[in-house]
Amino acid sequence: MADIKNLTRGIIKENPIFVLLLGMCPTLGVTTSGTNGLGMGLATMFVLILSNLFISLLKNLIPDKVRIPAFIVIIASFVTIVQLLMEAYVPSLYEQLGLYIPLIVVNCIILGRAEAFANKNGVIDSIFDGIGMGLGFTMSLTLLGLVRELLGAGTIFNYNIFNLFGISDPQMMLVFILPPGAFLVLAYLIAIIRKN
Amino acid sequence: MTYILIIISAVFVNNIVLSQFLGICPFLGVSKKVNTALGMSAAVTFVMVLATFVTYLLNEYLLEPMHLTFLQTISFILIIATLVQMVEIVLKKVSHALYEALGVFLPLITTNCCVLGVSMMALDLPSKFSFVSETSLGLAIVFAFANSLAFGLALTIFAGIREQLQLTELPKRLEGTPISLIAAGLLALAFMGFSGLV
Amino acid sequence: MAKIESSLKNMVISLLVITFVAGLSLALVQQVTQDPIAKAHEQKQVNAIANVVSEFDNNPLETKTRIAVDGDSLDVYTATKNKEIVGYAILSYTNSGFGGLVQVMIGFNPDGTIYNTVVVNHQETPGLGDQMTTEKFRSQFKGFDFQKQKATVKKDGGDVDAITAATISSRAFCNTIRKAYCAYNQLTNNTASTDAESGATK
Repeated sequence: MADIKNLTRGIIKENPIFVLLLGMCPTLGVTTSGTNGLGMGLATMFVLILSNLFISLLKNLIPDKVRIPAFIVIIASFVTIVQLLMEAYVPSLYEQLGLYIPLIVVNCIILGRAEAFANKNGVIDSIFDGIGMGLGFTMSLTLLGLVRELLGAGTIFNYNIFNLFGISDPQMMLVFILPPGAFLVLAYLIAIIRKN
Repeated sequence: MTYILIIISAVFVNNIVLSQFLGICPFLGVSKKVNTALGMSAAVTFVMVLATFVTYLLNEYLLEPMHLTFLQTISFILIIATLVQMVEIVLKKVSHALYEALGVFLPLITTNCCVLGVSMMALDLPSKFSFVSETSLGLAIVFAFANSLAFGLALTIFAGIREQLQLTELPKRLEGTPISLIAAGLLALAFMGFSGLV
Repeated sequence: MAKIESSLKNMVISLLVITFVAGLSLALVQQVTQDPIAKAHEQKQVNAIANVVSEFDNNPLETKTRIAVDGDSLDVYTATKNKEIVGYAILSYTNSGFGGLVQVMIGFNPDGTIYNTVVVNHQETPGLGDQMTTEKFRSQFKGFDFQKQKATVKKDGGDVDAITAATISSRAFCNTIRKAYCAYNQLTNNTASTDAESGATK
């Protein structure tokens, strides 16, 4: 039966990024700001929930030997739908995320959850799992984006916090927005969050 | 000359792993030993060039003329998945030694985003390089090959660093992934020194 | 319901059905989003134009013409108010940015100075080259007078303050400005009869 654990598990205990270390490419690539991280997280969550839902519904109709290609087709369809919807209704975010939107297809989290969870569990559980994992992913991406944005550009969600203190043109640590900063911030966040 | 510039640009200046973050999963996953890193690179080179060849033709002669470019994502990923399977089957029959060497890496390549990413970027090279005026099949293939070299280079250097890291004593919280990511960050920093070269 | 077995017939049928349904639903979504996407692109151009020329009351998109500069062709939009030309918006581009393509919408006053600029499209490095979108960098082009100033970075002997650590991006931006000015010159020579006064100041 539906279990609330399926919802909460993805958020902290099995957080896809900080604990399972899945879906690293978009994690590092798009998190130059909190807004980008949030947008990417929500897009991935949308795909994750719908693919989990459909795969758990169809799992008995898909022969085992062709399940991977079938999953890929289902996931790719939802990704394309997200892509088209974003281009139509949030064009500026669509341009910011660029190539990383179609690449949601190869995000290991989605295929991983399809294979490890939705293929074995009921519909409600799978939706819960999708929501939980999606939330965990979104929160991690937003956190990473916020830290990089704050250190690298001195802003939070594009809002310049240094203006509050009357500092008009702060010298920020640019490296955190550049590629090396992505690796470094993620490394320290994992080190802080992990248990031992 | 254009070919050489593309290769230099892809391998050093805009390294696919270290500055564009494509293919991070295998970069972190199969980089514990230099030997496995080399095997993975070889398998990626093979699939990436082949996949770009097929997807470029598909896009040029089927999707573009019929205004079906919104099917790019789904058709490209299917082609890549199919190619990986076919390569695996053919290798198994033709060269057992090669299959032994590359076989374990092949299934991982389907979800390696650098293959899909490169095959998509190869469709629009003029907007990436100022010295390329129009796209062509030849350029797309050189681009794919250059990026697989870039992937191999990053992976191999990184594996070398990680082999050393295993022997060092570290604070407990930094062991494993965090220290690898820090090493990757420093490597990315080093590669930024190439910016402006092309 | 029991899981169906992996016989050839079952595999072929299930994959066919899934791909068919996927294709069908994608085509449907594409049909639905086609118009909003086109509208979003149009809106972006209109917004960019509205930012770079002074107030107008026509629909500049209808005035679109193309002008060839150095083998590239730039889109030119004319903004008018009460039938008087109040400015030209020129969509200029170059592939020589650090990340490749840079597209800038550049607005000219009728006297040939720049009213304002807006970066429409770029793939420059976040934190470095993408500073070109900031007011801080672009404000130096407001009222830019080609008679007195040179649109190259100071390193190359011009009058433009480059972005720190992003000379390539700054050069690309200047490049689009110079191209747009070439287009503007061609334009005002051609339309000299209808717009004699402003054309003559060039």
